[in-house]
Amino acid sequence: MSYIAKPKFHHPNLPRNSLGLTRRDYEGAMSTLCAGCGHDSVSAAIVEACFELNLPAHKLAKMSGIGCSSKTPTYFLSKSHGFNSVHGRMPSVATGANLANNELKYIGVSGDGDTASIGFGQFAHAVRRQVDMLYIVENNGTYGLTKGQFSATNDRVSLGRKGQKNAFDSIDLAAMAIQLGASFVGRGFSGDKEQLVPMIKAALSHKGFAFIDVISPCVTFNNHNGSTKSFEFFRDNERSITATDYIAPREAITAEYEEGSVIDVTLHDSSRVRLRKLDANYDPSDSAAALQHIMKHEELGEVATGLLYLNVEDTELKEKMDMVNVPLNSLGVAELRPDNNKLESINKSLR
Amino acid sequence: MSLEEQTEKKEQRPRAPYMKPTDISDPNYFHKVVDCQWACPAHTPVPEYIRMIAQQKYTEAYMINWESNVFPGVLGRTCDRPCEPACRRGRIEEKPVAICRLKRVAADHRGDIEHLMPDIAQKNGRRVACIGGGPASLTVARDLIPLGYEVVVFDRDSRGGGMMRSQIPAFRLPESVLNEEVDRILNFGAKTHFNHDVKSLKKVLDEDFDAVFVGTGAPKGRDIDIPGRLEVQDNFHIGIDWLMSVAFEHTSKIGKKVIVLGGGNTAMDCCRTAKRLGGEDVKVIVRSPFDEMKASPWEIEDAQNEDIEILNNHVPERFLVENGKLTGIVFQKVKPEYDETGRRKLVPTGDDPVVVACDDVLCAIGQENHFPWIERDIGLEFDEWDMPVVDRTTFQSTNPRVFFGGDAAFGPENIIWAVAHGHQAAISIDQFCQSKDVNERPAPDVTLISQKMGMHEWSYHNDISNEERYAVPHAEKVSALKDIKLEVELGFDERMAFEEAMRCLNCDVQTVFEDVKCIECDACVDICPVDCINFIKNGEETDVRSRLRVPALDDDQSLYVSDTLPTGRIMVKDEDVCLHCGLCAERCPTAAWDMSQFLLKEGQAKNQRQVA
Repeated sequence: MSYIAKPKFHHPNLPRNSLGLTRRDYEGAMSTLCAGCGHDSVSAAIVEACFELNLPAHKLAKMSGIGCSSKTPTYFLSKSHGFNSVHGRMPSVATGANLANNELKYIGVSGDGDTASIGFGQFAHAVRRQVDMLYIVENNGTYGLTKGQFSATNDRVSLGRKGQKNAFDSIDLAAMAIQLGASFVGRGFSGDKEQLVPMIKAALSHKGFAFIDVISPCVTFNNHNGSTKSFEFFRDNERSITATDYIAPREAITAEYEEGSVIDVTLHDSSRVRLRKLDANYDPSDSAAALQHIMKHEELGEVATGLLYLNVEDTELKEKMDMVNVPLNSLGVAELRPDNNKLESINKSLR
Repeated sequence: MSLEEQTEKKEQRPRAPYMKPTDISDPNYFHKVVDCQWACPAHTPVPEYIRMIAQQKYTEAYMINWESNVFPGVLGRTCDRPCEPACRRGRIEEKPVAICRLKRVAADHRGDIEHLMPDIAQKNGRRVACIGGGPASLTVARDLIPLGYEVVVFDRDSRGGGMMRSQIPAFRLPESVLNEEVDRILNFGAKTHFNHDVKSLKKVLDEDFDAVFVGTGAPKGRDIDIPGRLEVQDNFHIGIDWLMSVAFEHTSKIGKKVIVLGGGNTAMDCCRTAKRLGGEDVKVIVRSPFDEMKASPWEIEDAQNEDIEILNNHVPERFLVENGKLTGIVFQKVKPEYDETGRRKLVPTGDDPVVVACDDVLCAIGQENHFPWIERDIGLEFDEWDMPVVDRTTFQSTNPRVFFGGDAAFGPENIIWAVAHGHQAAISIDQFCQSKDVNERPAPDVTLISQKMGMHEWSYHNDISNEERYAVPHAEKVSALKDIKLEVELGFDERMAFEEAMRCLNCDVQTVFEDVKCIECDACVDICPVDCINFIKNGEETDVRSRLRVPALDDDQSLYVSDTLPTGRIMVKDEDVCLHCGLCAERCPTAAWDMSQFLLKEGQAKNQRQVA
């Protein structure tokens, strides 16, 4: 870890967004993760996405559990709200926060241990309930904080640092999210911000549960030959299914593409996602096909990346539960306490 | 066409205009990154001596300066500071590091240096004449005497120092500081002929000198030719002549109302001197607009602080004379107009002429070279402007025995240029006297040493200060204006010097990239506080510059380009505003980045010797 604070000086020509802020204004504290950790790149991608979306930092909450990944909310958006919860319990805290104040955007950052092991049950139900949030898993296939044991997402064929074999099959979190009903599922790579940043922007503009599985190599415990989550292996075996362009509301589309090669999807806030299909047969609105596609690549020892599944028709948690359209924390005594007549009529109905 | 010919032709065809990997083994590459050192005519290793000052190693800091620029005490007060506008700090915040003032700190606080002076070699039998005893000649003497040369210095004044003594007032440069640095060189064993005005170069050449160095400066102040000029002889003074006569204490007073004509540094010295010799109402009146005055901004500021009024856009028209005595000057008011090429023309505004009353006029509108003492039949060519033809690299004239330097070579500049010329001329003279090619120049002495001490520890201080530039304290104004010898600037004390030194960005500690180690994890891109690191597709330079995270608009600032990396991209670092904080290297998991100190010492006559 570095002992000095990041100098406050920034490039004099650094672009400013519509709020008059530079991307440096979206940063957080100095990272204490290992040098070269993929997680820091994910933090940088979140910073970039929020800057480009002109998001006011105080309109956003960062949620996390325990692990290297869950430390990272400290390292971005220092002016946002945040909650660092118990191991694997971020989804329930995020669900509660979301119900209490749905005017904030929620970014949950978790890891493969926090999501695929201790928090697997919590994760499943947050997906199933369509909590309106962006859930990012910084997936490195290893327990870095406890010095490199296999995690549940480590591929069966992937070897440990000293050549140890893995006895179990891995959990594919993207496939799992599709199966559990997430309405936005993508997979990215910490080393490829060109792909990751637009995907985060789209996910933050999406209403409902957006899940991004980010392969984020652990440089210390899982970046060796024989690992399937190393920088080198991933770059060699990644298969991008779709390239995502995020198009802000009212922004003109300039590039032209061959008919049938792009799919435009309008999101809830009238921004659009343009998916350039790199695999002509791919249909990102078909969950069964998406799953099949992911499995097919897995069989070949490859990893499918890009925006894998998108459904803008489904409703999110608060709509499903038919709740009031204002944040619960804004409801006062008048709204929450029935007057005498009302109480009387309620009581009467129960007699 | 045969197959061979075709292949040959194909190879000669220009390749796609892609950027080639930067050759960091070329000393010029990293030298250029050290903006201050690159801008300094003498190429003094600025960040290295600033670091020494921060560590209170004033003697070491002084010696780094002394070896490179010979007069640290003088220059720490009077340098034109080309380094400061170049300073990288000035591009990331408002003001550059106070480099010049820090140099003075080294001079003010240093310890004994006698034991650090070079050994004087046995006499080699060669004799070199230096005509003029100013900074250029003294630099030649300093470089050549230790090598065994006998150096004979001629000067028309009674002491050495040249314009440093005659043109710079004592309230800017105390005599004791000047004497010490001049005498140190003369004490190496120079033979001096002071009060000796050389009237003929031919005569000097006829003596048995192996080489002659001409460092006579630009000694002729420009006169003004407007009506009434001949009638005001007694109260009209050429600026540099008047300053000299004040310096040698021939002049000690001036009228109450004084006009200084001109807007350069000599004008600033004239008006401030006049203020100390009895001038009560002193005005600087200049033809050009205020923003285009030639004087250094800080000298203008100092003059204004002493209540000197500056009138701009005023062109002198004629002198007013009553009963044979100067009473004032009539000025025409003008305004600047610029044509498409940006050339300025001063056109009359049509306003009534302005009359400014005065008792004395100091004329500081420029100075010129003057070589009436050089015969034109000694094989020394003069050009169409009556300037000697001098080689820009070797400083040799067309008479191979005669070398020029300082203002005498290419017209008025300033002390640091004179020193730089002196070093180069000394190299040439040394070569010439050994019958070697003067075009063979010694290579600079270059080292590049990693500063890594541990995982995230460096042997330089990378946690730079966020403070703004510190102002130098000044002497109290009332007493300063009473005493012409009282130095106005007091210099930084040790505390302030430390704080100011911590503003230096350590531009000499270079970011060195080893592409074979890079795993393209992006950690350096993510951490860089000034967004200067990029991993992008190659292309031609203008294209690459436009595609960076923050486009690199300043073509004078280099791009550091790597070879192609495994993903087919290249690493491109824009050197422009790099803070040299080392965070890229701290966050690099494979040590593909390293912070290495680049120390370049210009080649001098002695280096040539060691090589030979």
